[in-house]
Amino acid sequence: MQIDKNNVGLVETKFFTIDEKIKFESGVEFGPITVAYETYGKLNEDGTNVILVIHALTGDAHAAGYHNENDKKPGWWDSMIGPDKAFDTNKYFVVCTNILGGCSGTTGPSSINPETGKPYGLSFPVFTIEDTVHVKKKLLDFLGVKKLYAVAGGSMGGMQAMQFAISYPDYVTSTILIATTSRLSPQAIAFNAVGRNSIISDPNWNNGDYYDKENKPDRGLSNARMVGHITYLCEEAMYNKFGRRLQNKNHYDFNFDIDFQVESYLQHQGQIFVDRFDANSYLYITKAVDYFDPADKYGSLKEAFKNTDAKFLVISFDSDWLFPSSQSKEVVNTLMQLGKDVSYCEIKSPCGHDAFLLEYEVQSKIIKSFLNTHLQGDTNE
Amino acid sequence: MNNHYDTSKGLHLNYSLIEKMIEEGSRVLDLGCGNGQLLKLLKEEKHIKGNGIEISQTEVIQCLEKGLSVIQGDIDEGLKQIPDKYYDYVILNQTLQSTQNPHYVMEEMLRVGKKCIVSFPNFAYWRVRFNFFFTGNMPKSKVLPFEWYNTPNIHLLTIKDFFEYSKNNKINIKECIYTTRAKIRKDFRYSKFANMFAEEAIFVITKD
Repeated sequence: MQIDKNNVGLVETKFFTIDEKIKFESGVEFGPITVAYETYGKLNEDGTNVILVIHALTGDAHAAGYHNENDKKPGWWDSMIGPDKAFDTNKYFVVCTNILGGCSGTTGPSSINPETGKPYGLSFPVFTIEDTVHVKKKLLDFLGVKKLYAVAGGSMGGMQAMQFAISYPDYVTSTILIATTSRLSPQAIAFNAVGRNSIISDPNWNNGDYYDKENKPDRGLSNARMVGHITYLCEEAMYNKFGRRLQNKNHYDFNFDIDFQVESYLQHQGQIFVDRFDANSYLYITKAVDYFDPADKYGSLKEAFKNTDAKFLVISFDSDWLFPSSQSKEVVNTLMQLGKDVSYCEIKSPCGHDAFLLEYEVQSKIIKSFLNTHLQGDTNE
Repeated sequence: MNNHYDTSKGLHLNYSLIEKMIEEGSRVLDLGCGNGQLLKLLKEEKHIKGNGIEISQTEVIQCLEKGLSVIQGDIDEGLKQIPDKYYDYVILNQTLQSTQNPHYVMEEMLRVGKKCIVSFPNFAYWRVRFNFFFTGNMPKSKVLPFEWYNTPNIHLLTIKDFFEYSKNNKINIKECIYTTRAKIRKDFRYSKFANMFAEEAIFVITKD
């Protein structure tokens, strides 16, 4: 395999265990929690050149580079993280963790409960976006990070970045919110509900207790993923990608097998998803996303952002109907009302919500400029 | 928005005149800030705390590259998010004539700005009149280089129009500077000849 010079190269996922219990927003105290994480670049002596990047709903700690030489695909945000890329690993120490409740190394419902020796399943406590942020902070403390130069995330990652700026105002220098929102629309919650319902109604789900069973709720989980994928695209993206083209055939088969390319795509996405994701994790994480609503929690969005001290960059995509620009603008307007330093860019893209993973060229330009100049700004002061 | 007005000496004059109007360290909003050249100048020379609003994605990125805070947005949608009299200065430089709803934009800028700086090309400038009178075509000039079918300048106005508008809307004119061919025209300051001989005008206005 040829790894180009702008790639972080071979990397490995590391693990850190928080031994003490953490009090969740629900009141439950939970621990120990192991956090899977990766880092790229070098931490400077002051521990201040750190960028925390946060993954979306089903991502993991593997944001850049390759795990081994046979890897077909690099990490999920490889286009943005690396030498001379948007998050330049020549300058910054980039950290990415798998979310609390996930299934890619961080403690979640599929992890073994040390008290019972069995997977948590539904005995895993329901957590919130804020809880996930506190877990990340523990890891950063462990790594010797004194202050985040930036926290950045797309979609659910953006929610966590937002919450980070709210929860730790003195700890965050700048916040990059991409294709995200301060609260899901009822429409987006509805899609999550269908996804969860699909899992729960799979007989193999068995009240979340399926880890030692031969049959897992794969059907339910893959249907949930199919619904998800519809929401990540948009009408134009679907026309561009599939049109009404048929899959490996020239005419309808007049049965209920797959006819259209779009059907085949969704089925494929559903099938490959079950190999890498846990159905219970999907339930827990989508719930955390649904609950996220700082305006409700703090009384108003203004109140929520009142104490933030970060410089904000907000990016949205015009064809994203799941996390529409109007929701980003609401955040931007609130920050402006509060006199916070905020920049906003709405990128034209035919890719829907998925754009934040695909439109890396223009995003790189924007993010690079934002990070660079604000570094200059700091030295001027 | 004001990209039709690049490179010429007039631009530098325009910027330096605006720069002189602005007090050190004030809070400034530039509506239709284009590539951010003026804001950057004000930041460097007057140490303002400022930001811009710009509709074009390309120019928003150019602003970010200059280290400016900028919001991509349409000033025709108003400035609802900004509290009353939040800014010491709001600048609408060479942009008024290209807004969809100049009256609303003016109202909004006067609401959020303690002082507002508005500049525009004077459509009653004698060369424009001459051009129109003798050719019968929509006038074109250095400051108005577009064809009728592609011009962003959809609400052209004259200095006289602006005075009348200000009077009717109880807007106070604190200062006005006229320029022609990249020079300040002091000879007709405050005189009615301005409408005939000034190519461009910069006004400082307030509204209580």
